[in-house]
Amino acid sequence: MKGVAAAGSIAAMPGFVRYSQAASSSPIKIGFQVHRTGIGAAYGRWYDRTTQAAVKVLNDAGGVNGRPIEIVAEDDGTDPKRGAEALEKFANQHNCDVAFGTLFSHVVIGSAPRAGELKLPYFVVSEGHHVASGMLNRYTLQPGITDVKSQVQAMAPFVKENVGKKVTMIYPDFAFGHDHRDYFSAAFEAQGGEIVGKVPIPPTESSFSKYFPKIPRDTEVIYHVMVGPAVLTFVKELGEFYGSKSPKLFGFIDSLEAVDLNTPGLEFLDGSYFWEGNPRYAQADQTEHDKFYRNAVGVDANGASVSDPKDVSTYAHMFGCWETLHIIKKGMEESGYAGVKDRAKLIEAVESMSNMPLSQAHPQGAKIFNGKTHQTFGHQYITKMTNGKLVLAHTTSIEDTFYPDEVDYTKQSF
Amino acid sequence: MDLGPYLLFASLEGLVHAAVLSLIALGLSLVFGVMRIVNVAHGEFFMLGAILAWWVSSFVLGNPALGFLLALLVAPIIAGIIAMFSDWLILKHLKYDPEATIIATIGILYIIQQAALMTFGPDARPVEQPFNIRLDLYWFGFSAYKFFVILASIILLLSVWLVMTKTKFGLLLRATQLDSETAQAFGIPISTVYSLVFGAGAAIAAVGAVLIVPIQQAHYLMGSEPLLLAFIVVIIGGLGSLRGTVAAAVLIGMSDGIISVFFSPTLAKILATLLVVFVLLIRPNGLFGTAKV
Repeated sequence: MKGVAAAGSIAAMPGFVRYSQAASSSPIKIGFQVHRTGIGAAYGRWYDRTTQAAVKVLNDAGGVNGRPIEIVAEDDGTDPKRGAEALEKFANQHNCDVAFGTLFSHVVIGSAPRAGELKLPYFVVSEGHHVASGMLNRYTLQPGITDVKSQVQAMAPFVKENVGKKVTMIYPDFAFGHDHRDYFSAAFEAQGGEIVGKVPIPPTESSFSKYFPKIPRDTEVIYHVMVGPAVLTFVKELGEFYGSKSPKLFGFIDSLEAVDLNTPGLEFLDGSYFWEGNPRYAQADQTEHDKFYRNAVGVDANGASVSDPKDVSTYAHMFGCWETLHIIKKGMEESGYAGVKDRAKLIEAVESMSNMPLSQAHPQGAKIFNGKTHQTFGHQYITKMTNGKLVLAHTTSIEDTFYPDEVDYTKQSF
Repeated sequence: MDLGPYLLFASLEGLVHAAVLSLIALGLSLVFGVMRIVNVAHGEFFMLGAILAWWVSSFVLGNPALGFLLALLVAPIIAGIIAMFSDWLILKHLKYDPEATIIATIGILYIIQQAALMTFGPDARPVEQPFNIRLDLYWFGFSAYKFFVILASIILLLSVWLVMTKTKFGLLLRATQLDSETAQAFGIPISTVYSLVFGAGAAIAAVGAVLIVPIQQAHYLMGSEPLLLAFIVVIIGGLGSLRGTVAAAVLIGMSDGIISVFFSPTLAKILATLLVVFVLLIRPNGLFGTAKV
């Protein structure tokens, strides 16, 4: 009797009722390539939380055509070789419908060719320009996060007008950093600015002071973008080296993702500007969608976990997981996706998407997806460190981030 | 930056590097010198020291110096006990056979690394500097704490030297190092000495880690690079020679600092490895090593 009553009360829950007509249909399996360990671990933790939150919201609303979404997570160790192996497991062992979620560009570049061979739709959340550059294949898409080329191009005018004209760039010495180096310097020089120094740093480096003397003395602005477990050391040493005599700073928030800005030694950052994919601190004009998303993932107004204020999120990037999952759902529903044989139809459905308005599915802001280049374009945010918080100073238009197409993936066969 | 200050900065960076490196290499050299085994897991004891320093200091609220001092005391002891335990559990049963212990310590390396990952997670963990003073040297700033690291390393190296030369325990160590069978015949408890030396080697590396962690953060993968450099230092300095280890650490640390600043860190590593080749060709026992009969 008790059991029957319990079953009845579960059936009364809103999510359950909607599944009931599709009770026999199996779940949609999404292979989640997650950086649980290795240099991307902090991002991986938050990509995971965001993904779980998005899946819960989607499943509560009925899943995909009444089928629940099931996440099959596989740690890739932030390692390209293991990344490709994870895709193989998704396709051959778990029989996943799609793969999703990779951030670090070297893992994407190492995995994408395998996704093409396996004919497994691979939705990356990476920011790298390698999707839109034509380096990858028809099975690899980046609909939920903008790429570095569009980001830096939109930053260049602001840096020149508001920060300074002579820039030295500090960036990680691999694909992601090279995108910054190549596309920012091109965009900045096109604005009439000058790049006076370029300081590449190996991605596994753990101490940085020795690189700072390479920054030319006539530098007006240090443009910094750093990733990996040592980012806090990087900014601390930068502060130690320059103190109050620092050139002005313009940084990609990557240099401080998952780092508490009120850590002792970071006071020198006050007044410096940051690019943020999505502002970490809830802003004065916070949208209801950001409020909903922030709450669903479990992030407070300062961008930290609601359960541990020291556990700071990777807020500028992780929205990409949320938005990508919503796009996969939409693409599957529009294409009438029934199983792995419909993978090509799913890709065509996503390729035909274009306008993605600001909504609960797109809390970071409106986007325009380019089906030919498999890359999305969207607003970029510049915030200023003010009294220990990042306050919005400028929002770029979507048009600021456009550049001519470099590839047409729709011409490739499946 | 002008050449003068540039060189000063590079030398200071190099000295900090050399100070910590000499501690790590000293632990490795001590183990090799006395026990005649190559401890491939040495870098992981360094990593353990760093992560334990974060863990211990996170319990202490208030002044960061208190947490740091507690870590300086506790982390090396725990690392040392874990090392002694692995000696008791594994190395002893291999009878310290040189080849078998290499394989066994590779195993220990992975066990410690994965255990640290599973226990403390994959994140880089910061430890606050015990004092946050920035010295303004006109051309550039330098953390006062880094000078403290140099000073603390010198004090520690001196005390190890004193223990080795002036105490009874040091005498037992030197006797075991010289000829373990004869030492045993004279009633020296070799297995206890081995166990203590293995623990002390790990503890010294852990002290180096506690000193460096307010500058560099603790991370479960941080053990591999210092291990490689420590091997280079020990080979150049002469296996088992304390003097040689310190001299080689200063040489490698300084050249690494200076070459990294003026050229590139990769070039510094290339040159260090080249130096090993030359030392092995010209003085196969290292700069300060003595030929074994």
